[in-house]
Amino acid sequence: MDTPLLRLAGLDKRFGDRAVFSGVDLDVKRGDRIAIIGASGSGKSTLLRCINFLERPDAGRVILNGEPVGTERQRAGVSEIRYDEGSLNRLRQRVGMVFQQFNLFPHMTALGNVMEGLLTVKHMARAQAGERAQAELARVGLADKAEAYPAHLSGGQKQRVAIARALAMEPEILLFDEPTSALDPALVGEVLDAIQALASEGRTMLLVTHEIGFAYHMATRVLFLAEGGIYEQGTPDEVLKAPRRPLTQAFIAGHRRFSF
Amino acid sequence: MTYRWDFTPLLDNWQALAMGAVGTLRLFAVCLVLGLGFGLVVALARRSRWRVARWVSIGFIEFFRNTPVLVQILWFYFALPMLVPVEITPFTAAILGISLNSAAYSAEIYRAGIQSIEPGQWEAARAIGMSGLQTLRRIVLPQALRRVLPALTNRGIEIFKMTTLASVVAYIELLHQGRLIASLNFNPLEVYSVIGALFFLFLYPLVRATYALERRLARSD
Repeated sequence: MDTPLLRLAGLDKRFGDRAVFSGVDLDVKRGDRIAIIGASGSGKSTLLRCINFLERPDAGRVILNGEPVGTERQRAGVSEIRYDEGSLNRLRQRVGMVFQQFNLFPHMTALGNVMEGLLTVKHMARAQAGERAQAELARVGLADKAEAYPAHLSGGQKQRVAIARALAMEPEILLFDEPTSALDPALVGEVLDAIQALASEGRTMLLVTHEIGFAYHMATRVLFLAEGGIYEQGTPDEVLKAPRRPLTQAFIAGHRRFSF
Repeated sequence: MTYRWDFTPLLDNWQALAMGAVGTLRLFAVCLVLGLGFGLVVALARRSRWRVARWVSIGFIEFFRNTPVLVQILWFYFALPMLVPVEITPFTAAILGISLNSAAYSAEIYRAGIQSIEPGQWEAARAIGMSGLQTLRRIVLPQALRRVLPALTNRGIEIFKMTTLASVVAYIELLHQGRLIASLNFNPLEVYSVIGALFFLFLYPLVRATYALERRLARSD
């Protein structure tokens, strides 16, 4: 049997008293492209952020390539999971993330942004890192913007630099957290094209998005989050075209209201 | 009444003034480095994950911010040697008073700068596998320092002027030498005018230099 590249087992997350989700199980195989949709507050982004531990799950395990992240230990009869910084840093190199707000480093050029992880995390020589970063920028169509600072780039260009920054680390999984939600409608296309290009390379990715149409074309599987968990899942055709459960149906109907 | 300005006694004593200027600059340089450097350490301790470090940092800041530097210098010079068997020179007493006070102030400036950096910057750095320390050093501090440079410049100016307080323990700096010259020649008008002007002449170019630095750092805007 194939070990899934990523497995979430019984993941719980609470903010104070409010449970965001509980008992989330998910298997991600190499090459899967999973679109995560749902209403605001359904925990889509939080689930994504639990995968690379920008949020700590309150219970459950994240298992990468068959290896659970963190070490379980008994303390006063209760088992708890300890996450040491080193293992989380190693995990994060293998799981890239692209943010809604880009989060480029404003004091560095586009090239500097892409080089940063190569220099500090991968300890690559500067010349080699520069070449590598330049190639990643070329891949997202920004070879000529290498020396530009983020303040001088459009939103779409910033997000493509952010994608190049994530790709430079050669992650096995890419997480996209609403990558086009902060963009002018006119700039959404260039970012979706860049993501589509990665999809066609067969990369494994999880994408939280409100672009239902894009999710339909790009994803191999769609998760609809509601009621504190994965409410419905299946192929794009199943979930987006013929949803079976009422909340999914209402959500999809709402998104189709203004289509023409 | 017309006063006849006479700068001859000052010119005759230029060597004494030069000694004072050297003393001022020496004290300033040491206190600037120690005060602003240690301030950063205190600021980082204040946001440490260890409670004891936070407590010590807050205690330090509140103590040294809320007592006068003049009292601190006098205390280090006259009182400390009564408690512990150490010999404190005027230079050391002045360094301790001015540096510790400046560290307390600048720690709060650094803290404000660090806190002003968006959480997304930390997250983006952590998401590519950078450690907390790398993130601080490479991503957060460069941006934070740039934002607080005007406030740190103020602090630097303040340190320069605080060096005059060292005259209270007979440390040889500009004001100390000026008072000496004035009391010997009965010419306070000329002496204190010149001392004031000398401070301006030293400080103004330094301030201009920090403006240039601000402009250089603004390249990325």
